[in-house]
Amino acid sequence: MIGIINYGSGNIEAITNIYNRLNIECKVINKLAEFDGVDRLVLPGVGSFDECMKQLIDSGFKEKLNKLVLESKIPILGICIGMHIMANSSEEGDLEGLGWIPGKVKKFDKTLLVNKPYLPHMGWNNINNIHNHIIFTGVNENQGFYFVHSYYYECKNEQNILTVCNYGLDFSSSIFNENIFGMQFHPEKSHSNGENLLNNFAKLDIC
Amino acid sequence: MLRSRITPCLLVHRKGLVKTVNFKEPKYVGDPINAVKIFNEKEVDELIVLDIDATKEKRGPDFTLIRNLAAECRMPFCYGGGVSSVEQARKIISLGAEKVALSSAVINNPFLCKEIGNAVGVQSVVVVLDVRKRKLLGGYDIFTHNGKVKSKRKFKEFIVELNHIGVGEIVVNSIDNDGKMTGYDMELATLVRDLCDTPITILGGAGSLDHIKKIITKFKVIGAAAGSLFVFKGKYKAVLINYPNREEKFPLY
Repeated sequence: MIGIINYGSGNIEAITNIYNRLNIECKVINKLAEFDGVDRLVLPGVGSFDECMKQLIDSGFKEKLNKLVLESKIPILGICIGMHIMANSSEEGDLEGLGWIPGKVKKFDKTLLVNKPYLPHMGWNNINNIHNHIIFTGVNENQGFYFVHSYYYECKNEQNILTVCNYGLDFSSSIFNENIFGMQFHPEKSHSNGENLLNNFAKLDIC
Repeated sequence: MLRSRITPCLLVHRKGLVKTVNFKEPKYVGDPINAVKIFNEKEVDELIVLDIDATKEKRGPDFTLIRNLAAECRMPFCYGGGVSSVEQARKIISLGAEKVALSSAVINNPFLCKEIGNAVGVQSVVVVLDVRKRKLLGGYDIFTHNGKVKSKRKFKEFIVELNHIGVGEIVVNSIDNDGKMTGYDMELATLVRDLCDTPITILGGAGSLDHIKKIITKFKVIGAAAGSLFVFKGKYKAVLINYPNREEKFPLY
């Protein structure tokens, strides 16, 4: 059973819609007790870095997630801001991140961009699967994924980088560390590529 | 490389899809859900659906339709028509839409963009401006209520104001070119691009992939939206939902 964490006013419907279509069991987690029976997690992201961290702390989810992800090694997939909060810190906020994958979230440098509109990086961009990870099986790199963001994850350790994308500079479009995955793009808005990726994540043999 | 977005724009009128010419003569082109299913198969970059009855009939958005459309969409989905409050916008996003399009409500009260942006994220706020070229003086006027009511707002100043307030995207729709399939108003596109650095999408006039290629070549990163092009085929305009496949699409960038 996949648990989709609801910690705010986010658009979680798009993710449940895909898992429903794939006939994969999923449920939305609104409160602590609902983590029971879940064997992998999706952490969507909405709003800003600090808002997300505050929600996680206030709901008690942060503590629970640290236990499930770091101790029980449950696979987790963070999307967009859900990825950013896995970092140690962010230029977007003052709160400390979860610190699961060493790194810092930075704002794109407008001066490196040639064409208007500069920010956000919004639309479809191709990815380069440098790690050749099984989670990208069946994904077409040229078709790529749908992105919408102004901040990117700068990994401290290169071995955590799964794919790269270019927008003014090369940045990590997805990252991982054992059972922990972060995607900058939106698989739930990315047609067959996104569906393949969410399907691969659901079937990933990690534990 | 970040690609320009090629976006079908569908109009909802009396629960069915229609396509207009100069915002008039709505011609029935099919069922909305069915069209979305086909556009899924064709892997369209994004989809805009506008309810053209809502504002005219002084009613809010049709949440049942939005829920059903969003459940099908595997791409970013933007919904507009009759949205005039933060609560409505919040609900549309929570139903699974990526973006909410605003028009007459923010033309009356631009500050609403800011309020909705705070609630759902600035990137999800899309402002649609229907414009008509001035015949004698040059420049453009903004219209609401399906091109029937002329707004007092000055077009150029309003684009600058929206850019300053901060919105996710500005869609500029040429009433003059709507349904004509003779090409985009490139002068309009150039004007809007120069005035702001917000993402923009141009709508109205696209009749061939060459028209799309022309606008992408000029602006590098832009939203190229079209109605007729993606719902009609051939010189007799037979109704047929279509969209370039990957082989046809990639040479356009």
